[in-house]
Amino acid sequence: MRAPLSWLREYVDLPAGTTGSDVQERLVAAGLEVERVERLGAGLVGPLVVGEVLAIEELSGFKKPIRFCQVDVGKANGSGEPQNIVCGATNFRVGDKVVVILPGGVLPGDFRISARKTYGKTSEGMICSARELGMGDDHDGIIVLPPEHEAGTDAIELLELVDEVLDIAVTPDRGYCLSMRGIARETATAYGLPLRDPALLDVPTPNAHGYPVEVADPIGCTRFTARTVTNVNPDAVSPLWLQRRLQKAGMRPISLAVDITNYVMLELGQPLHAYDRSRVKGTIGVRRAARGEKLTTLDGTQRTLDAEDLVITDDSGPIGLAGVMGGAHTEIDDTGATTTEIVIEAAHFDPVAVARTSRRHKLSSEAAKRFERGTDPLTTSAAAQRTVDLLVLLAGGTAEAGVTEVITPSAPHTIAIPADHPDRVAGTSYGRETVVRRLQQVGCDVYGSDELVVTVPSWRPDLRDPNDLAEEVIRLEGYENLPSTLPKPPSGHGLTEGQLLRRRVGRALAAAGYVEVQAYPFVGEASFDQLALDKDDPRRRTVRLVNPLSDEEPGLRTTLLPGLLATLRRNEGRGAHDLALFETGLVFLPTGDEPLPPKLPVDRRPTAEEIAALDAALPHQPRHVAVVLAGSREPAGWWGKGYGASWADAVEAARTVAREADLELTVRQAQFAPWHPGRCAALHVGDQLVGHAGELHPRVIKAMSLPERTSAMELDLDLVERAKGGPLRAPRVSTFPVATQDVALVMDAGVAAAEVEAALRDGAGELLESLRLFDVFTGEQIGEGRKSLAYALRFRAPDRTLTAEEASAARDAAVERAAERTGAVLRGV
Amino acid sequence: MSAPNKSYDPVEVEALKPEEIERMRDEAVAAIAAASDLEALREVKVAHTGDRSPLALANREIGALPPHAKADAGKRVGQARGAVNKALKARQEELEAERDARVLVEEAVDVTLPYDRRPAGARHPMTAFADRIADVFTALGYRVAEGPEVETEWFNFDALNFPPDHPAREMQDTFFVERDGVAESGVVLRTHTSPVQIRSLIGQEPPVYVICPGRVYRTDELDATHTPVFTQVELLAVDEGLTMADLKGTLDHMVQALFGEGMRTRLRPNFFPFTEPSAEMDMVCYVCRGESVGNPDRPCRTCSSEGWIELGGCGMVNPRVLTACGVDPGKYSGFAFGFGIERMLMFRHDIEDMRDIVEGDVRFTLPFGMEI
Repeated sequence: MRAPLSWLREYVDLPAGTTGSDVQERLVAAGLEVERVERLGAGLVGPLVVGEVLAIEELSGFKKPIRFCQVDVGKANGSGEPQNIVCGATNFRVGDKVVVILPGGVLPGDFRISARKTYGKTSEGMICSARELGMGDDHDGIIVLPPEHEAGTDAIELLELVDEVLDIAVTPDRGYCLSMRGIARETATAYGLPLRDPALLDVPTPNAHGYPVEVADPIGCTRFTARTVTNVNPDAVSPLWLQRRLQKAGMRPISLAVDITNYVMLELGQPLHAYDRSRVKGTIGVRRAARGEKLTTLDGTQRTLDAEDLVITDDSGPIGLAGVMGGAHTEIDDTGATTTEIVIEAAHFDPVAVARTSRRHKLSSEAAKRFERGTDPLTTSAAAQRTVDLLVLLAGGTAEAGVTEVITPSAPHTIAIPADHPDRVAGTSYGRETVVRRLQQVGCDVYGSDELVVTVPSWRPDLRDPNDLAEEVIRLEGYENLPSTLPKPPSGHGLTEGQLLRRRVGRALAAAGYVEVQAYPFVGEASFDQLALDKDDPRRRTVRLVNPLSDEEPGLRTTLLPGLLATLRRNEGRGAHDLALFETGLVFLPTGDEPLPPKLPVDRRPTAEEIAALDAALPHQPRHVAVVLAGSREPAGWWGKGYGASWADAVEAARTVAREADLELTVRQAQFAPWHPGRCAALHVGDQLVGHAGELHPRVIKAMSLPERTSAMELDLDLVERAKGGPLRAPRVSTFPVATQDVALVMDAGVAAAEVEAALRDGAGELLESLRLFDVFTGEQIGEGRKSLAYALRFRAPDRTLTAEEASAARDAAVERAAERTGAVLRGV
Repeated sequence: MSAPNKSYDPVEVEALKPEEIERMRDEAVAAIAAASDLEALREVKVAHTGDRSPLALANREIGALPPHAKADAGKRVGQARGAVNKALKARQEELEAERDARVLVEEAVDVTLPYDRRPAGARHPMTAFADRIADVFTALGYRVAEGPEVETEWFNFDALNFPPDHPAREMQDTFFVERDGVAESGVVLRTHTSPVQIRSLIGQEPPVYVICPGRVYRTDELDATHTPVFTQVELLAVDEGLTMADLKGTLDHMVQALFGEGMRTRLRPNFFPFTEPSAEMDMVCYVCRGESVGNPDRPCRTCSSEGWIELGGCGMVNPRVLTACGVDPGKYSGFAFGFGIERMLMFRHDIEDMRDIVEGDVRFTLPFGMEI
């Protein structure tokens, strides 16, 4: 809502010298979000006067039409002689009244005017357009004024060019502030000044000979006032003051009748509709639409109506979407200027009905914006009267004596609160007197002493509960005066095991050289195609958005890899080549069979079953952790060679994660997209598959333009978290000497090292302290299709020094077990 | 050099004559002094103190002397050998020190060489910052609560007192989840972390003190100051007798913990369906501390010289929300606040463009390290 300060002053006698910023500060403190104060005409300096065009000479030979004009500016130029002015606009004629700035004047934007030579003539000033004067930028031509204004009149005052406009973002609860009346009320309260309420008008009592109206839906429409004005002069135009107020409030002047309804809406907050009586057939009705009924609205769109839509009808059917937009057929004529009889509608419609219709038809309007926030039902007759008055005054109309009012009876809303309720909400002490005074300022009637019975004003449908009243008192007393106290919660337990684990995982991966990213979770089919997922891969089943940011990415991720790989590529594109990235975050795994959530009430706590039914509507949303890496893992440098990032780093990243949960990962060879079929590890905790790691499939690398040998790992962190045991049991540290034994085993190249190691550990028994693979060898010496794995085994007993025989026996047992399980034989035997 | 010879008078043994022993001693000392390195000194040592050195041989002759001459000769030889050994030891130490000094010089390296062998990693500053905020509140006794990001409208809107079709729902720029064959699935991407409030209140009898950091979604396009996916931190306290003053005190505590002593907050009336009374919360500008206000010589980019930075919304939990969670609003009251922490991170670390936080460029993230 844009509120001109000059207009505001009509209702509140602000102290002289009060600026827009002053009012802004007070209103912000009272809870109106005044986003900015626009200073109209800032820097404008006269003489700026009305001029009459006496003569026009069209100059030729230039790229565009140029006029050399003689303009009478009265006595404004001192001499009274016509002023010679060169003008590039052509939308005026001899005899027109225009706005002229004379040499010495300054237009907004520090545009200084002086007499100067141009197009071969001397131009002594300028004929102004609306845009040049800061009046709005609707059209390019110069302003042509109504003929009644005298040449030489000061145009700064005439056009009210210098003003300040408060631009207020009205929150949904404060519908009444979508009007000058509401803003004036807040301003008056903020300054402690009386308000001249523009809605306090004398209105005639309703009678039976007004325009016939029938309300079939008294809940959807609780009030309908109809008035009729005849003999309207179709040629009458809006006076300057009316046009200017609309412009300053951000609306475009259209025609007198439309401008008046808009003006009254801005003034009182009551949307109005004006019908051309000659086009309405019979009784005006209000009812719900029949499903499939058609209506062409003012914007020229034909709409198919829903059974919930509240419509205005006449004998021909729907003629308007109630409170949203009128129909094209009954529209008053603002072009051919033929309308002479006008029926005015001022009604109160159900906010939810208007909101739903507005949303259903994707049709927003100034009227709908006000109705869906709740208008003042008691203002309809005053607003109709105001409209009638203006039509009579400005369009020469005649008010008909008939006054129609259809009213659904209702009682005003009352709220009972203890007088100290605001004190208890605020944590301070205002006292009963202050509470009552503040509520009265808001417009409430207040009765009672310790227990107050508060009747809320008709324009505040948002005041429903005791806390709503508390807020009114506290905001008017000033939020800035609230004390500051720190409550003492019961002592807590800190982070949960899962939360601690997630932090450790992040730190461990960062310590291992990975940089964390937080990618957007949006994906599309293309993402999965690039990952070469099978057509029926369950990861292709996504949660889909109705209104995605991009139609290419309508789904939510089922794996972290698309976002991570895109980030890797972005970094690569920006010149980084050695990259190791990680992300932890939710993935979204719908089954596709989730039931719809039940519609639950909010007047009680849902039952456990109801909550379970809500949760059943949601997809599974586990937390994953993933890494991607490419380039060098360790760069070459003065210390020697580096090495490239590989599948092994990806698997090790998984072990790094598992270690933080005190878990040992079991690694098995696997084939799983998008990994390289020969370089993919399935990662298990016990028998539970928790993720995969390895080098990406070359086809995926090519499809996504990734660096060669890009590797990746992804784990279900929730599963890891669930597998995490209790506190670690500390090892017993033996101080007896260690016995070291190395073995080299030869086996088929296809045997997994993990199996050999498991067998060795198994066979070596309890004396084995540690085991480490220190060499892998293939070559002629051991034969084609064979490989040699060399292990260092360390044995130690907790209670004695081992003899050489004991250590050898343990080693032999280990080798024997490996031989049994994997066919390994000791090298050189 | 002579082998023991018992045939002549020992008194006449040439080698034991005093002047002869002095000569041997002097020659040895001179040779020691002349040894230029440890190798030469080792040879000198063998020659002058070894088994076959003159003094050793002379010493061997003593045994053949008559008893009365033994003591005298023994003393002379002993003194000479003592002097030689002392000189040897001194020279040995001298030469070793010289060698050590030389070797350490030779082993010197350029310790200014870079060693970027194990490239560093880093946590995302948003993760680190969310943790830091959570820590401020866990220290007070709050619990960190979590919830799903794909959420039902009941949790995201209804229970938070967003009536169906109320314009407030449209303030939220919601991503809706699609379901085949139905116009409204009743499922959305959570637009705020407030549904976690509801889950906390439903899951636990008051007192409830929780802090909920998490990802939320709004249909904004990414630009320098907006992102459709951002991080919100939500706080909820429900207990007996909580007031707006408690809310104010908790906010003041938070900004002091995160931004230093002397930081303050300001509340401005506003509207949110889930709180009543509601407020917008501002904090004193972290950069100019309010000194840019009315001071055109020192404009502040962070607060546009307004002295305050908008943090987010807050208020007293609307009793209707308590009712929807089965909490008796006659007995309990509560306060809540929520804010997007990207903006906070931006002014805390002088970040100019939201896209830097979002895009995952390692050059941006690395300097933040593990904790911020």
